[in-house]
Amino acid sequence: MAGKDFSMLKDPLVDNNPITLQVLGICSALAVTSSLKVAFVMAIAVTLVTAFSNFFISILRNQIPSSIRIIVQMVIIASLVILVDQILKAYLYEISKTLSVFVGLIITNCIVMGRAEAFAMKNPPIPSFLDGIGNGLGYSLILLLVGVVRELFGSGSLFGVQILETVNNGGWYVPNGLLLLPPSAFFVIGLLIWAFRTWKPAQVEKREYKIMETEGAH
Amino acid sequence: MPNAENTTAPTGLWARFNAMPLDSAPRTITVAVVLCLICSMIVSGAAVMLKPQQEINKTLDKKTNILKVAGLYQDGIDVEKAFGAFEPRLVDVATGKFSDAEDAATYDQRVAAKDPARSIALANDPASIKRQAKLASVYLLRDDAGKIERIVLPVHGYGLWSTLYGFIALNADGNEVYGLRFYAHGETPGLGAEVDNPKWMAQWPGKLVYGDNGAVNIGVGKAAPAGIDGSKHHIDAIAGATLTSRGVDNLVKFWMGEQGFKTFLDNLKKGEA
Repeated sequence: MAGKDFSMLKDPLVDNNPITLQVLGICSALAVTSSLKVAFVMAIAVTLVTAFSNFFISILRNQIPSSIRIIVQMVIIASLVILVDQILKAYLYEISKTLSVFVGLIITNCIVMGRAEAFAMKNPPIPSFLDGIGNGLGYSLILLLVGVVRELFGSGSLFGVQILETVNNGGWYVPNGLLLLPPSAFFVIGLLIWAFRTWKPAQVEKREYKIMETEGAH
Repeated sequence: MPNAENTTAPTGLWARFNAMPLDSAPRTITVAVVLCLICSMIVSGAAVMLKPQQEINKTLDKKTNILKVAGLYQDGIDVEKAFGAFEPRLVDVATGKFSDAEDAATYDQRVAAKDPARSIALANDPASIKRQAKLASVYLLRDDAGKIERIVLPVHGYGLWSTLYGFIALNADGNEVYGLRFYAHGETPGLGAEVDNPKWMAQWPGKLVYGDNGAVNIGVGKAAPAGIDGSKHHIDAIAGATLTSRGVDNLVKFWMGEQGFKTFLDNLKKGEA
């Protein structure tokens, strides 16, 4: 059992990563990765919300009528997200100012809904909780990787600490402004997916179609 | 899970509820109502309990920014105590005189600007703020003798994507800039957001807002317009952020002009505010 619990946490990191394999939740990954500090808080928030929404939905899974199950999941997730938002505003004001609307948008993060519907509705509370933590960590891993690339090359710093002295402040590094804009996260995530799938070819999806061979070509 | 006894003779509310099929309409409605009630109680409970802490954060943030623009902020200082040096006052923008119509300590200019009774719609609106609150919060820093040393004025206006909110600090003469700083904006990171760059902000101190004839001469742009002494009044625009720079130019001119604080500053100089 212990080994199974561990693999539930580890699997979503690489083998079944919600972003690189399932390609879920990339919308928020674009918005909050321009600085590591923000990405880090966002990662914690998403992990907690996924874990607890999985937990509560799993407790209620035998009472939830299937006709309204998506709405019930949404209500639980939304309540948790509002809770996180309120706590951030009260105790981490600076960061909540930068995250602003994106905390609220955790509600629409497909990872949270996806795990609730795919896992928590069919499994007991503790495994569901672990599944939530694992998937949250998988999301966090990618978020932080993207954050490192974007902050280091976009503003020459990591966690707000200047590493590469930028030209604007009298140094030598000319920051890559593109990396501070949301589209750059697409490129970085795309490269990460490519790297993951080269490392683990099993993750490559089968084609849904086959290119027809033209007659007479051979 | 209905057990044998319940299915034969359902007694009591819970037992009868449990005996219903999961997808029957009454059961669905009950689950929905109960869940919504519980969730709304948790959410509203958290909101009410955390509200005082959030309010403290908000005012603390504002005070920190006022301290920073007035050059009194150092890492790790007690913001509340340092802020005690300031005298918050309300100014009637139209007459340029101090007003006691509302409590200066709790007045929120951003809320007032949205209230039709406490604000005016602008016909001439270069800063694109649409409505302007009748009263503005200003902060006066006095020296030990009680003479005004610095004046911190709130300014805001539209840049490229967002409204920039900030403070401009003036020296006692109401003309020389001590500093300008924005505490809330949503401009492009790396381009417009460079309004937060210390190197760019360092251009402001020492510049004069008004020319000898009282006209608002201070400006942000590529070069000072003809007839204006650049060394006294000109601030270089931010490279790659023409529209944000233009927004800052507009909002500073607006708030320092007749529609903004000019009347108040003139009164203050004459000692009639």
